[in-house]
Order: sequence, then structure tokens, then C-alpha cells
Amino acid sequence: MSLLQVTEVSYSYNFKMPFQSKDPSKNVLQNISFAIEAGTCLGLLGTSGAGKSTLGKVILGIQRPQHGKVLFQGHDIYNADKITKRKIRRNLQAVFQDSYSSVNPRMTAESIISEPLDNYEKLTLTEKRKTVISLLERVGLSERDAKKYPHQFSGGQLQRINIARAIALKPMLIVLDESVSSLDRVTQSLILELLNELKIDFGLSYLFITHDIKAAFSISDHLGVLENGELIECYDSKAQFFESKHPVVKRMSDSMLAEHPRDRSLTV
Amino acid sequence: MIERLGVMVRSQKVIVFCSVILALFLLITIFAPWIAPHDPNLVNVTAKLQGSSLAYPLGTDHLGRCTLSRILYGARTSLGFATLIFISSLSIGLIIGLIAGYKGGWVDQALMRFADGVMAFPDLLLVLGLVGIWGAGLRQVLIALIFVQWVYYARIIRGVVLSLKEQSYITAAKISGSSQWKIIMKHIIPNVLPPLAIMATLEMGWAIMHLSSMSFLGLGVQPPIPEWGAMIHEGKSYIRTNPLLMVYPGLMIMLVVVTFNLLGETLSERFGLNTDNKEGRVK
Repeated sequence: MSLLQVTEVSYSYNFKMPFQSKDPSKNVLQNISFAIEAGTCLGLLGTSGAGKSTLGKVILGIQRPQHGKVLFQGHDIYNADKITKRKIRRNLQAVFQDSYSSVNPRMTAESIISEPLDNYEKLTLTEKRKTVISLLERVGLSERDAKKYPHQFSGGQLQRINIARAIALKPMLIVLDESVSSLDRVTQSLILELLNELKIDFGLSYLFITHDIKAAFSISDHLGVLENGELIECYDSKAQFFESKHPVVKRMSDSMLAEHPRDRSLTV
Repeated sequence: MIERLGVMVRSQKVIVFCSVILALFLLITIFAPWIAPHDPNLVNVTAKLQGSSLAYPLGTDHLGRCTLSRILYGARTSLGFATLIFISSLSIGLIIGLIAGYKGGWVDQALMRFADGVMAFPDLLLVLGLVGIWGAGLRQVLIALIFVQWVYYARIIRGVVLSLKEQSYITAAKISGSSQWKIIMKHIIPNVLPPLAIMATLEMGWAIMHLSSMSFLGLGVQPPIPEWGAMIHEGKSYIRTNPLLMVYPGLMIMLVVVTFNLLGETLSERFGLNTDNKEGRVK
């Protein structure tokens, strides 16, 4: 049984208002099916507006799809009973793109990271503090940062705090929705390194949603390409991606500059 | 400590100035019975319509009551009831605004269309209409004023909540397993409070002004209770012979309302609350 099984999911934003006869709904996701095995990372590539983030939200249980099912360890996350839902919630965490707006500006790093702990674990104050500090250290920050507010951190540091919050409950799957996209290259590689380490240490699985092909390659075990709400192709290796004949995928791989100028295509 | 206080006074002149004046009014309200030279309701017809004297610093009215004492006690009624209006409408507006903004959908539509309906009428006209239906009296006027006032809070709060709801930290809180209640208490309300506090300062002036207007029209606070608007009402028969009877309470209303508005405007300018949607509103 796969850790996460998505079957024939379709989603449309319909802004249905009273007194409005017809809603111009358009499917943002169409018939999407894939699976993520425990301990692996699926990279989901797609251009802007392909429906990547919507898919992330559907998987996280925030936006109920109109059709299809999302199974987490065999349980339908939208139709499970309350207790199961709570358990799934605990094992399904996320890190978003905008590290600044992902944290409440009025809370310290410590209270940000301890929010999931407060919701799920009954810890004493000293235990909680200890856990928070060990999490901070795990993501490359220090004890001194616990009492700081978000505006005192840089974007990369904030993303580390977001990661600390996501791993606080030792989840099974983390949805990384463009988590490194707004960071500079150096910070990006450091965060990716950290994510790779955490994946091994905690036995995590990731759904890595991105438009950045290089970042996707560095962390993913499998790749999928999303275009106009459809999952057009899936690959098990980098080579397969480059061999693809699909025009959208071709354009994507062409847009990636070769490392040596000699190899760069002139048609792009 | 004193040095820092000095820096604050110099850099935030208007805010400090307004706060000092409002603090004085607060002291008057609390200590009125100790400061007032006479009983505000003590009628002494032999000493009616007197000018300033040692015994009556601001003179007496048509029943020989001490004007100064009535103004001091009047602060209690005027500011007290205005605070009541302000707290009630703020609480109602906060709750409705939170519900409308957080729930969205048809709940939001229904609440906001109702609010639009209330806002479509000029404030004073609607209050007069409601009091006309319910009959004159302090309680009716208070309810009518609250009914007119809450919509402004609700609108602003709804707007703030709508923009907060789009922040990723609300989604992150949901994913962390926080309940709706917890998200509202921990993430939404603390971020709604600063704009709300600024707005409340502006609206306090409105409440004082309108309560006094209603009393001036003889609909709100009834004699012999001392209240500034009611005092102007009582003094208007003597406008030719003793105009000061109207001037003193009028000055008090003006001072308080101007101070609250000045403070509110300064705060909203400094801390960037968008008050555009309140333009054209009679203050």
C-alpha cells in the first residue's frame, strides 16, 4: 500500500454566489492519479498556473476535490472519521513558498514551532522548550533564536523555522509547495541539503512542488509534470525526463541552460 | 527613564498632547463629586441666571443650579454613555465582522448586505427614525446609536479578516491541527486589534457627538440629569440674555470630540489604517 494514493482527482474553483445563475467554473485539476511510496520524494514540475499549488492543497486536506479520492495509508482523507482525520492531519505537514507570510508576525519562533506540539502532545513547559530547542538546532538555528520575532530573521532562516514546525510532530509526508523558490541559490542549496538530511533521519516522504527543474532533480526520486491541470508524464529518472518527446516537457528541458555554452541549444 | 519620556513627548507631540487632555477628562469623570462645588441638581431659584462669582465660578442656570457642577457631572453622563455605546457597538461589530470575514460565502453576503442597508441611511436620520418608532428615552437612543454604529466596525474588521485569511500562516495553523476557535483567538484577533484600537478612538468622538445631539433634541438624556447636550437644550431659551449657558457645555463637547478625532487621525496616519471608506461621514 502506498503512503499516499491520489486517484482521479478533479478540482474546480467555482465562485458560486446567490442570485447567480451560471458559474463559469473551469477545472484546475483534471483526473489526476499518482502515488507516493513511503520514504521517497515525488517532484512535481509545472509552469505557473498549472495547478500545482491547488493539488498541494487538495492533498493537504484543505480543499475538497469535486471528484476523486485522496487516500493516506488507505484512508480517504476527506471522508474519514474525526479521530482518523486528526491522525492523518498529524502525519501530513507542509512548508509553503512565502516564508514571511507563513509565520504569524506577533509570535516568537518558539511559539511558532510549538503550535503543532500544543495541539497534539501534552508536554510540560520544560519538555516543550527542550523539544523546540532541539528542533531549532536540528534545522541549523540556535537556542538564542527561540525568543526572536519573525522580523528579526532572514527569509532562509524563516524557512528553517517553517521546516522545524513541519517536522515537530514527526510526520510521514511533507508537502513542499515551492518551499525553496523564493530563496537565493546558495540558501536554496543549503535548505535542500537540510531537507535531504531530514528525509533520511526521519524517514520522511516529500511531495516537492516546484517550477525549478534543478531543485527538483536534486531532491526527487520520481518526477511528474503538470500542465493545465493534467499530469502529463511521470519519470523515474532524470534521463527519462530529458528523453521525453512531449512538447511541453521538451520546452521545459530546453529552458534549462546547459552548464557549458557549447551544449546550449540555439533555438531557445 | 525621564530622558526617554522627553524623547517621546518631543517626537509624538500630538499624541501626547491629546492623551493628556483625555486623561484630564477621565480624572474629571471619576472625581466629579469631589471637585464639584455644589450639588448639580440643587435648585436655588433666588440665585438664577447669575454670572460668574466665587460661589458659582461659571454662574447658574435658569433654576439657579451651579453650571460648573453640572458640567463636571455632565462629563460622567456624556462620556459614560458614549463609552457604553462604543464598547457595545465594538463588540457587536467585532463578532459580526469576524463571522462574515472568516466564514465567507452566503453568511458574509447576508451580513454585509444588511450592513450596507444600515449604512445607506445618513446616521442621524436613521437614529431619529428609530427613536421615532420606539419612542423617546435614553434606552431607545442608546440602542439606536449602537444599531447605527456597529456596521462601521463590522466592515473594517471583515476587511482585515479577509486579508489575514489569505496569509499562509492561517493555512499553516490549520495544517498544524489548530481548531477554528484557536485560529481565531491566536492568529486573527491579535492582528485585528491594532487597526481596531485606532478606529475606536475615531468612533468615540462620533458617539459623544451623537449622544449629545440626541439629548439636545430632547430625545436622549432627560432632565434633570446633567448632560452636555441636554444643558445646551436647556440653555437655548436664554440665548439672548445668558448665551454662556450654551457656550460652556458646547465648548466641552467640542474639546472632547476634537481631541478624540485628532488622536484617531494621528494614530491612523502614523500606523497606516486605511480610513478612506469612512469619507463623507459626518463627524
